Amino acid sequence: MLEVTGLHVAYGGIQAVRSITFHVKKGETVALIGANGAGKTSTLKAISRVLNAVGGDVHFCGEKISKIAPHDVIRKGIALVPEGRGVFPRLSVLENLRMGAFIRDDTSAIEQDLQKIFEYFPRLKERESQLAGTLSGGEQQMLAIGRALMSRPKMLLLDEPSMGLAPIMVQKIFEVVRAVAATGMTILLIEQNAKLALESSQRGYVMESGEITLHGESAQLLDDPKVRAAYLGE
Amino acid sequence: MDIFLQQIVNGLVQGSIYALVALGYTMVYGIMGLINFAHGEVVMIGTLVTITVAGSLINAGMPVALAGMAGLGASMLICMALGWGLERIAYRPLRNAPRLTPLITAIGMSIVLQNLAMMIWGRNYLTFPPLLPKVNFELAGAHFTAIQVFIVVVSGATMAGLLALIYRTKLGMAMRATAQNPAVASLMGVNINRVIAAAFVIGSALGALAGVMVGTYYEIAHYQMGFMLGLKAFTAAVLGGIGNLAGAMLGGVLLGIIEALGAGYIGDLTGGFLGSHYQDIFAFIVLIVVLMFKPSGLFGEKTGDRA
Repeated sequence: MLEVTGLHVAYGGIQAVRSITFHVKKGETVALIGANGAGKTSTLKAISRVLNAVGGDVHFCGEKISKIAPHDVIRKGIALVPEGRGVFPRLSVLENLRMGAFIRDDTSAIEQDLQKIFEYFPRLKERESQLAGTLSGGEQQMLAIGRALMSRPKMLLLDEPSMGLAPIMVQKIFEVVRAVAATGMTILLIEQNAKLALESSQRGYVMESGEITLHGESAQLLDDPKVRAAYLGE
Repeated sequence: MDIFLQQIVNGLVQGSIYALVALGYTMVYGIMGLINFAHGEVVMIGTLVTITVAGSLINAGMPVALAGMAGLGASMLICMALGWGLERIAYRPLRNAPRLTPLITAIGMSIVLQNLAMMIWGRNYLTFPPLLPKVNFELAGAHFTAIQVFIVVVSGATMAGLLALIYRTKLGMAMRATAQNPAVASLMGVNINRVIAAAFVIGSALGALAGVMVGTYYEIAHYQMGFMLGLKAFTAAVLGGIGNLAGAMLGGVLLGIIEALGAGYIGDLTGGFLGSHYQDIFAFIVLIVVLMFKPSGLFGEKTGDRA
């Protein structure tokens, strides 16, 4: 479904991503793990066109998307939950969710989807009319995921959903990620929390200094001595 | 007491005009952090276009009301195109430039527009055609004209309309989202360029309306009139908290009233040493005091160090 070939990202002379190639199949959850600064976020930013790639191609559902306008990526069916959540702080929770449905015009279906999001995250329902900036970090993460789902994407890109959250909140967020995956959603998950990411995915890629150094079934990666030593703290 | 009430009325009228112009500054600043110093000139061009269009239609025998509407329509369309063009030609190429660059460009565009207006309309003061009948009212000792009522009512309704647009429509929501986080708004599918262009176009339309009001009120116009008006409206936007819509509205009205009261009492206060033609100093005293003691204005969030 998503095919990344030879992707190359650089910021002013610094090579953040050096020619990486990977793919995500329909209905799959794929984890992209690696240390801070390995180039994971740059990879996601290049796919979602927030950043211009220096080289390489990104194809989605057979269509080349590496040159389209940033605001058209979501129209192709890719929704990004950005690092640091990126909620609109002075918009209400409800307005944030409606922004997620910005590209849609099917009013009644949007209302149904809102109810679905509130089922996933009852906490958001309680805070519906509150400004998003007043939510806790975990609630903002729920909101960012809910907002991304509101576009009815074919694929979800999650950038560090566990970052800066209390362990109990991380559990809750990942429960929802698995629940969403169970509905057949295709997910590319970026995480520093390698254990959690591999436990929630079918396949995984390990990134180091801008390159993919290892890939395979998540269960195998979890048992891989190198991965255990480098990322699982054993 | 009479002079007090009278000056409140006069200030409210002048303040409504400031508020309309201030909204143009504040919308653009809210979305892209730029002070569009050419906005005053857009207002000026709005006034001068109305003189040309309405004036020649009246001379051709069209009823005054109809000619006035046509003049207003033409000036709004031309100003909207002008605002769109300014953003497209002067500011968009500088979107990622250091902050000082677009600011200097804005001052440059203001000079360009002034000179352009001078070439088209000449250096002389122009008479604004009387578009509204001269009817006077009296209420509790204060005198006011139909023109003053018209200005306050129309600007009030326009501002209510703008608030509805920003807080009740999808475009408005996209504009607020873009102001808060343009990168994420773009991820949601918002075409940032279009939203920024919309801020310029809407601001310019309000400016054109304000221009027609200024012309109707003072019955005179000049290619340099946008400078002082723009500076005062900018002061009003800063007073209310730049980037904040309600702030620009309140700031405009407050500034108008402060100025009018200042002009009304400055003679008494200085024993006749300074006359009411010194009223301009009050706006700038307000600007200096706000910048010194509360740079974020009445309603503003912390704005950081943006130029």
